[in-house]
Amino acid sequence: MKVVVNFDLCESNAVCMGIAPEVFEVRDDDFLYVLQEEPPEELREQVTEAARRCPKQAITVED
Amino acid sequence: MDPVVVVGASLAGLSAIDALRAGGHDGDVVLLESAPSLPSDRPPLSKQVLAGSMEPEAARQPLAARLDELDVEVRWGTRVDSFDAASLQLRCATGTELRASGVVVATGAAPRALPGPTLAGVHVLRTMDDCLALRADLDRGPDRVVVVGAGFIGAEVAATCRELGLEVTLLEGAPAPMVRVLPVQVGSFVADLHRAHGVDVRLGVGVEGLDGADGRVRAVRLADGTSIPAEVVVVGIGVVPGTGWLEGSGVPLGNGVTCDETCLAAPGVVAAGDVAEWFNPHFGERMRVEQWEHAIEHGAAAGRRLLAGDGPGAPFGSVPWFWSDQYDRKLQMAGRPSAADEVHVLEGSLEEHRFAVAFRRGDRCTGVLGVNRPRHVVQARMRLAESLDWAPIEELFT
Ligand SMILES: Cc1cc2nc3c(=O)[nH]c(=O)nc-3n(C[C@H](O)[C@H](O)[C@H](O)COP(=O)(O)OP(=O)(O)OC[C@H]3O[C@@H](n4cnc5c(N)ncnc54)[C@H](O)[C@@H]3O)c2cc1C
Ligand code: SF4
Repeated sequence: MKVVVNFDLCESNAVCMGIAPEVFEVRDDDFLYVLQEEPPEELREQVTEAARRCPKQAITVED
Repeated sequence: MDPVVVVGASLAGLSAIDALRAGGHDGDVVLLESAPSLPSDRPPLSKQVLAGSMEPEAARQPLAARLDELDVEVRWGTRVDSFDAASLQLRCATGTELRASGVVVATGAAPRALPGPTLAGVHVLRTMDDCLALRADLDRGPDRVVVVGAGFIGAEVAATCRELGLEVTLLEGAPAPMVRVLPVQVGSFVADLHRAHGVDVRLGVGVEGLDGADGRVRAVRLADGTSIPAEVVVVGIGVVPGTGWLEGSGVPLGNGVTCDETCLAAPGVVAAGDVAEWFNPHFGERMRVEQWEHAIEHGAAAGRRLLAGDGPGAPFGSVPWFWSDQYDRKLQMAGRPSAADEVHVLEGSLEEHRFAVAFRRGDRCTGVLGVNRPRHVVQARMRLAESLDWAPIEELFT
C-alpha cells in the first residue's frame, strides 16, 4: 500500500493525523508530514479511513 | 418494495446513501434535490471560490465522483412540498407523488434574510450561484462592503473581501462575534484579528434596515439612527433549518427536525446534517450542528439507522469538529462549548493570534479551539472522543 498526499489540496487540518498518527503528522510549522509512505498492511483500515475523512480529499491510497 | 427516498443532495444526503449501500441495501434509492444540479461543496464559497483562487468546478462534494457508483435515481430540480409520516408519502412541487419505504431528511438550512424589499447588491451566501453573484458585485470594485453578522460565514466573507483589497465594515449586534456559541474571549479575538487587518468592526450595533435607490442598495441603516453607505451588503445572520415541507407531516419539529439519539425522527424517517437536532449521548445534550464534517458523519449514522429497521439502532455520539479560514489563520474547534464556559489557554496566547484554548464546565472539557494549532485540536479531539473529563485534556498539554 502506498500513501500519496496531494499537497496542493492539503490544508493541514490534521484530520488524518487524528485517525492514523503513525502515518500522518502535522507539526508545529503547520505542515503535514507523511511518516510512512508505504505503511504496513495492518494500518490499511486507518489509512483508508483517513483518506475518506480528509475534508480536502487530498489523500489517495494506491495498492 | 418502495424506494428509500433521500431529500437533499448535499453532504448529509449523499453520505446517508453511501452508508445504505455500504450496509448492503440493494433496493431502489431515489434522491430528490430542489437545485438544478449537484450542489457544490459549500466551505470554499466564502473562501477560495469567492477569492478567485479556486475554480467553481473544483468545489466538489467529496462523494460527487462516486454518485454513479451509488446507483441512485436522481431527480434534480425537484423540490419536495409536503410529506405524510404515517404513510411515508411525499409530494413534489412538480405534482409528482412518491411512496417510500424509508425517508432520509437532509434538507439542510437556508440563510436568513433581512426584512424589506429585495435590493440589488444585497447578498446571502449558501450556494454556488450566491457566491458567483457576490463575486460579480465585488469585481465591480465597490467603495465599501458591509457584512451584517459576525458569525463564521460573515467573518470569512469579511476576510476574503479584505484580501481582495476592498474596504469592509463588519457589523454585529452582540457585544462580540460568535457570543451565542463561544465565550466572549474567543469572539473578541476574532474582532481583534479583523481590526488588525483593517476591517471596520462595529459591535453591539443593531441593523434597522437597508436603504436603496433605483432598486439597488445604498446604505445600511442602524438602530442608533446613523447609516453606513454600502454598495454591497452581505447578510450573514444565521440560517433556518429546511423544515418547511415537513409542517403538518407528523414529523416532530422544534429546532429543526427533532430526532432521538439514533437519528430517528418517526418510524421509517431519519434526519441528518444542518436540518436535524438529535440527542448526542456523548454530551448528554440535544444539539443541532451546522458543520461540514458533522453532516457527513451524521448522514452516515442516519443511513445505518434506516438499515436497522424496526430494531433499536445504534446511538450516534460525536465530538463535532469544524474549521474556519480567516486571512492566514485557521481556526479549528472540537466539541460543543457554550458562551458561559471557562476559557483556559493551553498553548500560545490570544495576543499573538496563535493558540489553543480549552473550554471548561465543572469537571468537563466541552471543547478545544485552536488558531493555527491543528495538531493540538486533533489530539484533544481524540481524547474528547474517549471522554469529556477535564483532567486528561489538561495533561495532554502539560
Ligand atoms: C459559505 C459556507 C461556508 C461554510 N464553511 C464551513 C467551514 O469552513 N467549515 C465547516 O465545518 N462548515 C462550513 N459550512 C457548513 C457546511 O457547509 C454545512 O454544515 C453543510 O453543507 C450541511 O450539509 P447538509 O447536507 O446538512 O445540508 P445542505 O448543504 O444545506 O444541503 C441541503 C440540500 O437540500 C436541498 N433541499 C432543501 N429543501 C429541499 C426540498 N424541500 N426538496 C428538495 N431538496 C431540498 C437544498 O437545495 C440543498 O442542496 C459552510 C457553509 C456555507 C454556506
Ligand atoms: S486531512 Fe487531508 S487536508 Fe487535512 S492534513 Fe490530512 S491530508 Fe491534509
